[in-house]
Amino acid sequence: MLVPAPHAIEAMIQVENLSKAFGPKVAVNDVSFSVQRGEILGFLGPNGAGKSTTMRMITGFIPPTAGVVKVGGHDVTEKPIEAKRLIGYLPESAPLYTDMTVEGFLAFCAEVRGLNGADKAKAIDRAIEMCFLKAVRHQSVDTLSKGYRHRTGFAQAVIHDPDILVMDEPTDGLDPNQKHEVRSLIRRMGQSKAIIFSTHILEEVEAVCTRAIVIDQGRIVANGSPDELKAKSELANSYLVSINGTEAATVREKLGSVIQSAKVTIVNDKPPTVVARVFPKDAGSDGALGQAIFSVAKQSDWTVNEIKKEEGRLDDVFRNITLSDTQTR
Amino acid sequence: MKSIWTITKRELAGYFNSPVAYVFLVIFLLMTAAFTFLIGQFIDRGQANLQAFFMWHPWIYLFLVPAVGMRLWSEERRLGTMELLLTMPITLWHCIIGKFLASWLFLTLALVMTFPIWITVNYLGNPENSVIVASYIGSFFLAGAYLSITSMTSAFTRNQVISFILSVVICLFLVLCGWPPVTDVVETLAPRSIVEFVAAFSVMPGIEQFNNGQIDSRAVIYFLSVIGFPLFATSVIIRGLRA
Repeated sequence: MLVPAPHAIEAMIQVENLSKAFGPKVAVNDVSFSVQRGEILGFLGPNGAGKSTTMRMITGFIPPTAGVVKVGGHDVTEKPIEAKRLIGYLPESAPLYTDMTVEGFLAFCAEVRGLNGADKAKAIDRAIEMCFLKAVRHQSVDTLSKGYRHRTGFAQAVIHDPDILVMDEPTDGLDPNQKHEVRSLIRRMGQSKAIIFSTHILEEVEAVCTRAIVIDQGRIVANGSPDELKAKSELANSYLVSINGTEAATVREKLGSVIQSAKVTIVNDKPPTVVARVFPKDAGSDGALGQAIFSVAKQSDWTVNEIKKEEGRLDDVFRNITLSDTQTR
Repeated sequence: MKSIWTITKRELAGYFNSPVAYVFLVIFLLMTAAFTFLIGQFIDRGQANLQAFFMWHPWIYLFLVPAVGMRLWSEERRLGTMELLLTMPITLWHCIIGKFLASWLFLTLALVMTFPIWITVNYLGNPENSVIVASYIGSFFLAGAYLSITSMTSAFTRNQVISFILSVVICLFLVLCGWPPVTDVVETLAPRSIVEFVAAFSVMPGIEQFNNGQIDSRAVIYFLSVIGFPLFATSVIIRGLRA
């Protein structure tokens, strides 16, 4: 079907002008965004930027000072029960009842969410299988390792197969293999759900998200796909060239005269090798600069060791947009 | 209703998953027996009633009820599970009542397990069993009142010990402000009207009525409000935590 049904167009999560103040401290300041089904939204920001507070307002744990959160069309403040029913939530550091077994805990969560009898048993089995918890099914939660605890928290969030998943740092404290597992789990579920998760690991955003929001001091400072964000990097679309058989000054002069280049910087000058970075005049001129560099090298009879196009680095962008704010503070 | 029961079940299971519940039951039974027979002189009294048993309940509960209830909310706060619980599709009232009921049921179980004393007194003499039933009802309400206060103090802090101490202090006040040995002394210092006003908050007059076999509607209303108000305060505290 090419034309989506009207209800499918409506965003699963709609956040409008959301603010939260704790006394005089403004934690979240006029934040608006929306998440559709099939989207995986990465929530980025330095510690204390307001990520957790925003997620807590979306899940109805804390009431907003101003603004509206709509979940599946239900206002979280006015119809909390209906809204919460649609959400699966993994709070920061995955809190669990330590006096229960994994299965008992999941059974409790399923029951609170209104699942009973065969439905409940099926939901528990599905969540246990999905989150690789079979080995610890009957084990008490307080004897679990951190990875298992985290996955139990994850299982709790997906037990009712929710349309919306909100996860606060779902990979925090996991080892690389577990991180990989959780990421592929998120990616898989993202096809049919609307997912928001917060992180400060930038590679995670590139690996998993369809869209990323950077939040700093309670405000959204960037909103776009990971590629769009990367393109904001100063280094985006520049070329790194390593050349033998010439001198730095010549390289700077010749590459600088190429029509597509805006600037040439010498990164490294250790004879006989010169490493230079060539920045494009127009970020859109894809590939043309690379070809120009090659032809200059050929004419000048340089030996090109390596030429590499930079796609832009998310951490550069992240640092730029969140640091510039810090400096004006 | 179903979600209240789900919460209650989990809390009850929480008690019995640890040895603390059994230790508590044993201590409660030993203490009631010790007070009844050794200090209350149940046998030497030669009276076919359970006065010697019920007269100690306001004092025994003073420490045991806060011990049962102190974890209700402070544990949720300490573990961070409150965030989990309150983002489930249930209301805060479901949680507050569910938790309160679990502890109240547990205390009721402890109270029910004192039944051998009832059998004993019936074996030894011919007591007025209606008075004993009324006294049991009074004791049940008293446990609920202390527990409700403990629910409030445990919402107040993530530290169970602080919750326990606060609760003991408040309950002690509710006992002492209407306990004749104290009010008689205070009356020499303060105007009678003030003493009477403060004494109206005490659990003692109501408890005495129950122990005399009267089920007075005013006493019942008193206990229901002493249960209701702290539960309401619990909800205000928890809402305040998130604002």
